[in-house]
Amino acid sequence: MALDSQDVAKIAHLARLQVAEADLHAYAAELSNILKLVEQMSAVDTAGVEPMAHPLHMAQRLRPDAVTEADQRTAFQAVAPATEDGLYLVPKVIE
Amino acid sequence: MHDQSIADLAAGLRAKRFSSRELTAHFLDRIGRLDPALNSYITVDHDTALAVADAADRHIAAGAGGPLTGIPIAHKDIFLTKGVRTSCGSRMLDNFIPPFDATVVERLGAAGVVMLGKANMDEFAMGSSNETSWYGPVRNPWDTGRVPGGSSGGSAAAVAAGLCAAATGTDTGGSIRQPAAFCGITGIKPTYGRCSRYGMIAFASSLDQAGVLARSAADAALVLQAMAGFDARDSTSAEAPVPDYAATLGEDIKGLRIGLPQEYFGEGLDAGVEASVRAALAELERQGATLVDMHLPNAPLSVPVYYVVAPAECSSNLARFDGVRYGHRCEAPKDLEDLYKRSRAEGFGAEVKRRIMIGTYALSAGYYDAYYLKAQQLRQLIADDFRRAFEQVDVIMGPTTPTTAFALGAKTDDPVAMYLNDIYTIATNLAGLPGLSVPVAPVDGLPAGLQMIGNYFAEGRLLNIAHRLQQATDWHRAVPAAAPRRPPSETGARD
Repeated sequence: MALDSQDVAKIAHLARLQVAEADLHAYAAELSNILKLVEQMSAVDTAGVEPMAHPLHMAQRLRPDAVTEADQRTAFQAVAPATEDGLYLVPKVIE
Repeated sequence: MHDQSIADLAAGLRAKRFSSRELTAHFLDRIGRLDPALNSYITVDHDTALAVADAADRHIAAGAGGPLTGIPIAHKDIFLTKGVRTSCGSRMLDNFIPPFDATVVERLGAAGVVMLGKANMDEFAMGSSNETSWYGPVRNPWDTGRVPGGSSGGSAAAVAAGLCAAATGTDTGGSIRQPAAFCGITGIKPTYGRCSRYGMIAFASSLDQAGVLARSAADAALVLQAMAGFDARDSTSAEAPVPDYAATLGEDIKGLRIGLPQEYFGEGLDAGVEASVRAALAELERQGATLVDMHLPNAPLSVPVYYVVAPAECSSNLARFDGVRYGHRCEAPKDLEDLYKRSRAEGFGAEVKRRIMIGTYALSAGYYDAYYLKAQQLRQLIADDFRRAFEQVDVIMGPTTPTTAFALGAKTDDPVAMYLNDIYTIATNLAGLPGLSVPVAPVDGLPAGLQMIGNYFAEGRLLNIAHRLQQATDWHRAVPAAAPRRPPSETGARD
């Protein structure tokens, strides 16, 4: 399936990527080429084939619901762009 | 010293022929002189490396330590290193200093290795040529006009040029094996789940696996031994014991059944690469192995399947880069959406954006069944091909790549042509099997690789076969032009 500039704008919004108006056309061409490659998949009939989500058929391990990690908030927030009083700062969301 | 095996280096350290400080300083000196032409390191940490080397020397003097104590290595810049910038080759993480170590880093550290620095890579491991790095391309030590392969291109170039004794890498679709082939070294991607993914920046979580790039199978065995094993912090870590890889290296291979998938020897394979691969196979045959023609009928679909599964998982994984908790943040965002969109647009390069968008599209409402579900079904068929094959043969072999290293810039304008370079390596990741690449006879002066694919958890067997091949041949001992064994400035050096 070929994508047009409008499709790319929609996908970019879903992916929270700013794409300049001028670049939409080039992305549409590149992404369409990749989808053309991907569409080779339709040549094979996969009716009834169980989808494989994971290479090893392992069950998810569970552990007791207990605190296992020490609080490292200070260390983790040291690499944040903006914090105050232990909170992450973002532009005002609620007017 | 830089061209000795890890076992010889360890013996030298123990016999006090040189100290780990001297060995580390030797590699740091080589990096300083030779790496400006290669760009294989993003970060070199001189002071910490020398301090860790001193600690290793004290350990050895006290009669303690193991086979890796004091051995200088590089970590791909995808592994978190506490206190040392971990960029993943991206502007997004140019300012990121991790607060903890990846399990692989922690384990190798506990084994006594000296980290020289962080190796260059394709951005977020998305690439086959190391040209997508924010820190610039890596150059192939055999010909600096050519790519080293990717995404672990810095690791491969650094090992090939003698800028570390070995390096870690990761392989999602060929990112250890393909650069190992292009740079003339040995690279192993273990079974999915063999090495912990904790602290390894995620690209496609059902495919990503850590491994080793080294100058021989024997060296790779020592490093993998220290990395592998169960880790409760990785929910997909395999709870299987790790055998002693070094112990089985020398086992003979009489009666070994080697399957040659006809799909890997067809159209598109360079005649010179094929001839070198067949010469290596003939040597294994001489040692008592049998070559069996076989088929992996769904393998040709592995590239299309991969370019749905990997982008879908990458679009989810990379959603965490939001400009809020760590990483790049745009200037003066006007609202939260602007913060997300501009931080991500500025932080990610073109290839990463392409894959995020493909993945977002493949997972979006109305397209999920046609793309993601279809790909997961084909993935099952590809894995079934291998399961059936391993009822007939012990190991599957073929070329690692269709050609030798291509020129810088040759495929940057055509993503699909770039993707097709991984045509022989991707199926292994989709099935979760271990794969290894060893150097074969050079083709027109450039390295090429023989790929070996084993059954689940057969890393020991692959290393054994590779070692037997390397005992009988000297292809893995060839040294590239950019890393002369004894450059004039080193005359008289204790090498």
